Amino acid sequence: MQIRLIVAAIILAPARFSLAQSVDFVREVQSILRGKCIGCHGADRPQSGLRLDRREDALKGGYSGTVIKPGDSASSRLFRLVAGKEAIAMPPGKARLPAVEVETLRRWIDGGAAWPDSVAESGEQPPAAYSHWSLRPIRKPPVPGVTPQPRNPIDAFVESKLAANGWRMSPEAARHTLLRRVYLDLTGLLPSPAELARTESYEQTVDRLLKSPHFGEKWARMWLDLARYADSDGYEQDQVRRHAWRYRDWVIGAFNRNVPFDRFTVEQIAGDMLPGASSEQLAATGFHRQTLTSREGGIDVEQLRTEQVTDRAITTASVWMGLTFECARCHDHKYDPISQLDFYRLYAFFNSTEEVNAAGPLAGEMERIERSKPEYERQYGEILAGGRVADLQPKWEAEVLKAMADPAARLEWTQVLDYLAVYQDHGHAILKTAPAQRTARQAHDLTRVFLKDPGPLASWPEAKGVKFGDNFKKLEDLNARYPGPSEIPAMRESATRRETRLFLRGDFRSPGIAVLPGTPRALPPLVPSGLPADRLALARWLMSAEHPLTARVAVNRFWQELFGRGLVATPEDFGERGDPPSHPELLDWLAASFRESGWDMKGLIRRIVTSRAYRQASRPRTGIDDPDNRMLARQQRFRLPAELVRDAALQASGLLQTAVGGPSVRPPMPLGTLKVAYRMKWEESPAADRYRRGLYTFFQRSVPHPMLVNFDAPAAMTTCSRRTRSVTPLQALNLLNAPEFAEAAGALAARIERDRPGGFGEQVRYAFELCFARPPSPPEAALVERYYRSRGNWTGAAAALLNLDEFIVRD
Amino acid sequence: MLARDGRAATRSPHHTPRAKNVIFLFMEGGPSQVDLFDPKPELTRLDGQPLPPSLREGLRFAFIKPTAKVWASRRPFQRHGQSGIEVSDWLPQLARRADELCVVRGMFSEQFNHHPGQLLLHCGSPLVGRPSMGSWLLYGLGSESESLPGFVVLQSGPRGGSSSTGLFASGFLPSEFQGVPFASGGEPIAYLNRPAGVDTAEQRARLDLIRGLNEQRLAELGDSEINARIAAYELAFRMQSAAPELLDLSKESAATLSSYGADREPTRQFGTNCLLARRMVERGVRFVLLSHASWDDHGSLVSGHQKNCETTDLPCAALLDDLKQRGLLDETLVVWGGEFGRTPLAQTLSPGEQSALGRDHHPDAFTIWLAGGGVRPGSVVGRTDDLGMKVVEDRVHVHDLHATVLHCLGIDHKRLTWRHQGRDFRLTDVAGNVIHKMLA
Repeated sequence: MQIRLIVAAIILAPARFSLAQSVDFVREVQSILRGKCIGCHGADRPQSGLRLDRREDALKGGYSGTVIKPGDSASSRLFRLVAGKEAIAMPPGKARLPAVEVETLRRWIDGGAAWPDSVAESGEQPPAAYSHWSLRPIRKPPVPGVTPQPRNPIDAFVESKLAANGWRMSPEAARHTLLRRVYLDLTGLLPSPAELARTESYEQTVDRLLKSPHFGEKWARMWLDLARYADSDGYEQDQVRRHAWRYRDWVIGAFNRNVPFDRFTVEQIAGDMLPGASSEQLAATGFHRQTLTSREGGIDVEQLRTEQVTDRAITTASVWMGLTFECARCHDHKYDPISQLDFYRLYAFFNSTEEVNAAGPLAGEMERIERSKPEYERQYGEILAGGRVADLQPKWEAEVLKAMADPAARLEWTQVLDYLAVYQDHGHAILKTAPAQRTARQAHDLTRVFLKDPGPLASWPEAKGVKFGDNFKKLEDLNARYPGPSEIPAMRESATRRETRLFLRGDFRSPGIAVLPGTPRALPPLVPSGLPADRLALARWLMSAEHPLTARVAVNRFWQELFGRGLVATPEDFGERGDPPSHPELLDWLAASFRESGWDMKGLIRRIVTSRAYRQASRPRTGIDDPDNRMLARQQRFRLPAELVRDAALQASGLLQTAVGGPSVRPPMPLGTLKVAYRMKWEESPAADRYRRGLYTFFQRSVPHPMLVNFDAPAAMTTCSRRTRSVTPLQALNLLNAPEFAEAAGALAARIERDRPGGFGEQVRYAFELCFARPPSPPEAALVERYYRSRGNWTGAAAALLNLDEFIVRD
Repeated sequence: MLARDGRAATRSPHHTPRAKNVIFLFMEGGPSQVDLFDPKPELTRLDGQPLPPSLREGLRFAFIKPTAKVWASRRPFQRHGQSGIEVSDWLPQLARRADELCVVRGMFSEQFNHHPGQLLLHCGSPLVGRPSMGSWLLYGLGSESESLPGFVVLQSGPRGGSSSTGLFASGFLPSEFQGVPFASGGEPIAYLNRPAGVDTAEQRARLDLIRGLNEQRLAELGDSEINARIAAYELAFRMQSAAPELLDLSKESAATLSSYGADREPTRQFGTNCLLARRMVERGVRFVLLSHASWDDHGSLVSGHQKNCETTDLPCAALLDDLKQRGLLDETLVVWGGEFGRTPLAQTLSPGEQSALGRDHHPDAFTIWLAGGGVRPGSVVGRTDDLGMKVVEDRVHVHDLHATVLHCLGIDHKRLTWRHQGRDFRLTDVAGNVIHKMLA
């Protein structure tokens, strides 16, 4: 660069224009730009999108818009920044430009900002191609030759890598270990003693498990972590999302039906935009309904909306591309080729998207509602009468509409207006709809807000004696007793396209240049061109054959689920700062094969779990110095995720309810946790629902169930690519003392005594099979027996088994 | 790194620490600085009038508009102690300890709503999912307690918190660093109490069986994680006796109970929690979060604040005295404050009724105080303008407060990081400066 600068400085050329006190551009101006500016505003990753090394770019400006207005230094941002006339100053840091240089720039701009043709181009070149491994195209590598050649190509890749270190794979795990492993990995459930006794090949077991309805439950959990799935809004009041589970059901079903991963993707990102979108496809768009909402009074609605759009952009990039787009929200990415402009181009895809609940009544629901309709209407009528709604609400609406026209005029009413937007989705739109045009549901929703917040009208003489609060509560009770038809939380494109602007420093109050939807420049272009650049195009682009990231990122997630660690250990970051792949060829081979297979998810899982690499024993061997097991000379033991810890205890004890799908349930919650909760109602589910799988435990974001928290379930605030696996005393207390685990211990004891009345020998064998899928060793049996003999019943021993490390670990 | 027994191992600080523990008296909802710590006589002159237009520019409030009317505090302020720090008559006990306090009048934040404001104050970001300050400290310094969690949360007050567990969650840090809520009645920690019919001896017997079987497995597999689990069970067992012992105040003298007001209303609940905070610090708990809700008086501020002051003033003062008398104040940093202050402007929905007046959220200028390990006693940091609208001298952002608290604990806030989603996160995000004027 130094040499280029000198060369450029020698090729001096006279300016085209000659004005009074004309400025010599090259000698006076360009020397300042080169000396003080282009270190950050040059060709290589220009800051704030501004390049000052080339005329065309310099005059075009950066993220904030143009910075040089020829003839008008006073409104040229370049001048204002160096002259200290803005809140921030340039160059950054302490050193200011000398006054004489500031004056030179002023004179240059005021004199017309002439920039001669001869030096219009820059000597600098932006970096040619992006060389980072994950951005290079996926080429299917040849399967390495290994003797004897393994049947499963995965093993050839793993063996050849190990051989380079002089290592071999471990022998196959013991049959019971392998069965317990593959049951937990494919269905999240333990093999029963009867299943252990089946005579079938391992492959037959795998195929059977892939067809199990519990397969979808197990793999949905992985995806729900990515989708930040929860049953409540998140912020402040953290209202319940009654229909959130419709998305969860869709995910479970999609895994069970083995929906190809490309369809799986397109439907979640843009299912609503598919021609004749079905209810199922709308339910899939629930992926982006998992974004947090705030209903805190006084919140800035536009700020919340931009946060939500941002979350959708970041999550999409993280889940499908393993890119940390969040970094580029405020500035160009420090490590990866993602500019701030790239961020807002991605943001623009989601900026005109809005939340909508589609009708989605459940079987039999409409009949029930029809039957109860007269009674509902009668009570609803009483509430309307009690709140004198017919008389007062129009007056209230008139005042709120006036506030909408002039928010500064009457502030008490503006508060009601603001509240309407926060409290009721599409509240302002409903208010603006003429009463006769409103749907019954919209009319009800507006009345609900009226009763909740009548505003100053409450103290008007004509409202004297009206108990708004009481009637609001009655309405809430009524709706709780007669819930309306179920709905499907979905997304849709807004009728009007919202302009997207880049936010300077990520601050929504500082809009910069206008931005159109587009894909990051380091990645293939959005093709085919000519089609609208919308969410559907984005989703299809992700799944296009040229995309270097999607397939790699996806297969890595499946691998992580089956080995406890991805081939890339940072599934959320495939960028420069992420972990490089331990087996790059294997990753690419899997990615290419996955794509070639038509994105067959079950096929990919089957391929992995039938490999020898997967079937290995997990025990570390001496002589293999690889504590993190990157080279895969063995399988990996790891603690079960929170939900499966719960499921295992309920299943071993025979309490588990195995119904698949449906609304979330509320198992018992400790009192202390409830005290912390803010306006949270936790009505315990009736008997059978208390024993549903952990996947169905109601997830209240502000107060997640402590059992889930103790065992590292993610907070569902942002997308989560991998869970931590901690070991804590609170986990011990949880398993030792929580009522549901104590209950499970009692039930397990009763089951052992009931099913095996023949004495301790067969009982201890049965107990171990239930919990660990294996018989006890003689010393283990002896330890249990000594304790059992001193008590005369199985309760304490059963509790101990449910607390063992082995019980909550998948080996 | 972490100890393998599920207890955060003690780690070396970056520099010599001035304090070992933190007691954070979190005044949820936002106490009114102009009625407590930051006297503004100029407001009296403008009382009942809107702000001059020049001062309205750029103001953002949650509820009121910039044209709302000035409401001067009706509280008399007096100078106290050698330091002469001015405190209002609502806090007579704390005022007598003015020489212990480092009063920061220069606090500000950008978050004018509760939840984001509280998240910023506790976790360094208005967005959810970040680790709490206590979690960061536990991660950075480890726990000194052999039998109690290193980060404990106590709650009091009539209205309950509004942000719930997010304020003391470990975020993306492992769950061993989470704040553990202690209830002062019933079951102090979730799942601490043994199941019905299981006494200590029976639980010990079960634990011995668990241990024996886990050890067999360990011998067979050699996975050190099993060792960690064995240790975690032992710690859990100790916790079951240590937590009730901690809560058992029967060995505290009547004089002590009385000094905290733990023996009478209206100070009973908050006073008990303050006393528990001292007992926790004595037992090596690294971070005690003591949350009192709520100061969010949009209306009827006079009665609301008066009640909160009557509830908290004496216990706060007693806590300082007690820590000092036991030699613990030097190694304990006490922090008092809310997520923002309250506007010098009035908020009202019932015009004309003085008693109904309240104040809106005010993040632009508010007051917190600190005492104990590492901070300069009897000092005032920061000055607000004549109307208390903005900080004009020694501005202290919440990030700066965090940097300073970590500094007192021997931690360089820029070096305490955790890699998450591809980048190194820290409590102070990408900001924060240690405020040396606050340091002793």
